[in-house]
Amino acid sequence: MSDLLNRPTLPLGQRKKVLEMKDILKVFSGTVSALKGMSLTVNEGDFISLLGPSGCGKSTALRLIAGLMQPTQGRILWEGGQGRGDIGVVFQEPTLMPWATVARNVYLPFRLRKRSFASARGEIREALALVGLETFADAYPRELSGGMKMRVSIARALVTNPRLILMDEPFAALDEITRQKLNNDLLALKAKIGCTVIFVTHSVFESVFLSDRIIVMAARPGRVVEELQVGAHYPRDMAFRTSIEYAAHTSVVSKALLTAMGEGA
Amino acid sequence: MSVTDTRADDVYDAEEARRARARKVESVARWLLPMLVMVGTVLIWQWLVTAYQIPHYLLPGPFRVWQQLMTDWDMLSDALLVTLRITVMALSVAVAGGVLLAILFDQSRFAELIFYPYAVILQVTPIVSIAPLIFIYVKDPTARVLICAWIVAFFPLLSNTSLGLKSTDHNLRDLFSIYGASRWQRLTFLQLPSALPYFLGGLRIAGGLALIGAIVAEYVVGTGGAGSGLAFRILEASYRLNIPRMFAALLLIGVVGVAIFALTALVSHLMLRKWHESAIRRES
Repeated sequence: MSDLLNRPTLPLGQRKKVLEMKDILKVFSGTVSALKGMSLTVNEGDFISLLGPSGCGKSTALRLIAGLMQPTQGRILWEGGQGRGDIGVVFQEPTLMPWATVARNVYLPFRLRKRSFASARGEIREALALVGLETFADAYPRELSGGMKMRVSIARALVTNPRLILMDEPFAALDEITRQKLNNDLLALKAKIGCTVIFVTHSVFESVFLSDRIIVMAARPGRVVEELQVGAHYPRDMAFRTSIEYAAHTSVVSKALLTAMGEGA
Repeated sequence: MSVTDTRADDVYDAEEARRARARKVESVARWLLPMLVMVGTVLIWQWLVTAYQIPHYLLPGPFRVWQQLMTDWDMLSDALLVTLRITVMALSVAVAGGVLLAILFDQSRFAELIFYPYAVILQVTPIVSIAPLIFIYVKDPTARVLICAWIVAFFPLLSNTSLGLKSTDHNLRDLFSIYGASRWQRLTFLQLPSALPYFLGGLRIAGGLALIGAIVAEYVVGTGGAGSGLAFRILEASYRLNIPRMFAALLLIGVVGVAIFALTALVSHLMLRKWHESAIRRES
């Protein structure tokens, strides 16, 4: 996984395209539009948050990108086609197999591609080191705290060196302190390996802290109402959380979200 | 218990000491109390029989039962082996049949729609009422009993394993789809391990049922001749009014039942102790 560490993050505008969603419509059971007219271009190194109230289709968008469902209309185009292992996913729950050790859990994507555990050992160790869990390779999930389980889940998403990582409210079930810590660690990780992330959240603060782009969405029908840039430079640290810049961004995003919810109601 | 736990120094407060003492007492009492109750029961039984001079053809004393067991050991141990063999065979066939059917039902919705009602019918029809038919259609005496025991034992394995195969974490299922897992991979890496605790729960029930099935079948259809099990010996002893032997055979059946339960519980513990909630000891 040597190339995992050598992926430069180019400035916005010079980045290569990863995928493009073109005018996506997703209708469930014939009547309700879960998602309407969504278009989105994802570039390498992007950190995009999908922010909105429940029912705005943010999780639907994620499932469409993951290929777990097909759009009713519109297309999702992967630059250069999509292969196995192009996507890593982190769910709201850690979603680990309780009967397998941490290392075996991280090994899963390789196992499903029929690679031997021995040959994948290096990558597994490296992915665990990236989330700070290299000493817990032989532990079982039940022995870990909620935050640590989440890190294992992130390591599993990273291990194939995917072109895109999808995160569906990954830290929503954690306590605030753990959540902030994992937010910091996630940014450190991104700085290190330059991964591309689409992050679903319903927290304005989290989205501002993490993203360079925030897609504000509204419900009934699920749609994009605004796309906001967070111009603040990475790396962002605890000082950024208390900065005026951060406060200004959260205020803008909160207003956009309020407008979106007002329209939806 | 978490890996991040650091052991405190050996300082106990009064409450902790009390709790530790209570744990120690409980661990002894768990064995000692049932034993005491058993010894007490046997003593009272013996006392009743001697004090009221109850004739042994009505109620033999425990000592007499033990004597009879020793006298008839050759015959009863043979019978024990026959019953044990049938029970183990029936349980093995029930495990294979139950699990394979559960997998088939899981893989094919249509197979489930078609055959599940019949599995239920087989389960709810009392074995005593089917047994005479089996007696007519099947000639081999061992096969007769085996079929009866299997019918009684397979259903908990089928229904529990089915439930387990369906109870996989839906996010893990999605993850498997995203990584392009085949059906076979999903079954072997995800569904079967998820179903293991359910299967083992079914195994505990089925173990007891296999024994019941073997005994009942023998009562109804009989094994006849050389291969006579414990049930046959009980019937035979009852015709001869040999009540002590009936008790001795009954005792053996009880021992077999307990042994099967203990064995399945042990297997279950060994397979789950590393990861499943049911097998994890809580600290407090």
